[in-house]
Amino acid sequence: MMWQQYWTAFVTIYIREVRRFLRIWPQTLLPPAITMVLYFIIFGSVIGSRIGQMEGYSYMEYVVPGLIMMSVITNAYNNVASSFFSNKFQRSVEELLVAPIPNSIILAGFVLGGVTRGLAVGFIVTLLSLAFTTLPIHNIWITILAVLLTAIVFSLGGFINAIYADKFDDISIIPTFILTPLTYLGGVFYSVNILPDFWGYISLANPILYMVNAFRYGILGHSDGISIGLAMLILAGFAAVLSYYCLYLLRTGKGLRH
Amino acid sequence: MATALEITDLHKTYSNGHQALKGISFAVQEGDFFALLGPNGAGKSTTIGIICALVNKTSGQVKIFGDDMDLSPNKVKQHLGMVPQEFNFNQFEKTEDILITQAGYYGIPHKESVERAELYLHKLGLWDKRREQSRLLSGGMKRRLMIARALIHQPKLLILDEPTAGVDIELRRSMWDFLQEINQQGITIILTTHYLEEAEQLCRNIAIIDHGRLVQNTSMKALLRTLHMQTFIFDSTTLLPDQLHLSGYTYRPLDDHSFEIDVDHEQDLNELFNQLSAHKLSISSMRNKANRLEELFVSLVDKNLQR
Repeated sequence: MMWQQYWTAFVTIYIREVRRFLRIWPQTLLPPAITMVLYFIIFGSVIGSRIGQMEGYSYMEYVVPGLIMMSVITNAYNNVASSFFSNKFQRSVEELLVAPIPNSIILAGFVLGGVTRGLAVGFIVTLLSLAFTTLPIHNIWITILAVLLTAIVFSLGGFINAIYADKFDDISIIPTFILTPLTYLGGVFYSVNILPDFWGYISLANPILYMVNAFRYGILGHSDGISIGLAMLILAGFAAVLSYYCLYLLRTGKGLRH
Repeated sequence: MATALEITDLHKTYSNGHQALKGISFAVQEGDFFALLGPNGAGKSTTIGIICALVNKTSGQVKIFGDDMDLSPNKVKQHLGMVPQEFNFNQFEKTEDILITQAGYYGIPHKESVERAELYLHKLGLWDKRREQSRLLSGGMKRRLMIARALIHQPKLLILDEPTAGVDIELRRSMWDFLQEINQQGITIILTTHYLEEAEQLCRNIAIIDHGRLVQNTSMKALLRTLHMQTFIFDSTTLLPDQLHLSGYTYRPLDDHSFEIDVDHEQDLNELFNQLSAHKLSISSMRNKANRLEELFVSLVDKNLQR
């Protein structure tokens, strides 16, 4: 009976989240599609044709998995960060806090909402990319697992950002100053193998490198010397640690209860 | 009768060092209509916030229908409905969706949530606005929406934090009728308000908090009995004489047709009317100069300040 109640609460939060990003699709689904088409045209077709091959693949083939992953990362993160923060800002988060919902259910509802938007945008970008290149799909399970874990990790990251944020500016600082640089330097546009040794080693500290490479391996069957097992382990580890931290924040009421 | 709410030695110190609650204890019986009063910053909203899990207490115990808030938070929350002071719903959601979503948070299946939303939208006069974005509702409608939302899971204990603030008198009175109706149906109600007339009219028991301490906790009748002196204003249809002596009463003329008289709580109003009749004064109306509860409230808070 209790689990039935919790399931209903979870579905309610999830549906509310999905409805939110579908209702404002010109802000949530359209812009990443346009941005990625521009990336495909400029980096793939215009500049890519001059770059030639990267790790034995055409530049367009090489760059597309990274661009899909980039859109999944930013959209999963932004969805949870903006949605949870606006709940805080409007104080409608109190509706959740007074209700008999375990913290894990609240977290799961928001995270799955973020994952859904990340995957929805990823799917749209994937469809658009087919106009520019082919995606062979080397291993569907690794592809799915990599994109799913990445969306979960960044949804959790967005949740933490929203909890700490006091004003709307605070939810754009992390994506602008941390997420975007890490993504751009995470092997989306180039192979780490072409970097000097020092920068190659530095790049290994960037978790996005593992995510992009695991996904690229799932699609092309190639990674830049990154172990897929290690990449999955890192992703699962991040998901576990961030989940625990989010639950800790909810339990203590950080940013939510005085 | 069971105890709906039991608060024991509740303390709250905010991170800035402000001691909002300094060990308050009181109980509310099931079925009661209970007033929690106090001046601004007294600790009322902090107390309500702690009861509703929106504020972390520093120490103390909160029990709702016998269950400890710390040990069984979700069981306790099931019984609680809360109407906060400020609007706290998503301004971009439709009125109906706010209620259905809230019901979902309490695990109520969608079909039943829709039926309940319809019931409370009708009861609170919001049915015609069900498809409107909540931000487009008037202030009074938003207040009613928050009451409907708090009732959607049919709680046993309803807490209202200044529910009629900024609401016009007609709507306020219709809300009083509604609250009395649901109280008669068995819902225990705790009300905070700055309209002391409202508390006097609706509530059977009362607690007054000031500077984080409980300064009074008794029945409304017992509290009002402690009032020693009341001042009544009388309107006369006949012209008042230049001199009027009323034995045992202090008389003060206000104008040609009205005057005020101080009446001790041991004095008899019949005797006063007899004397007024003897002076051939025809009284058309009589009213308290000030709200009785207001006088007591001010005196209790003043005493607490002098401590």
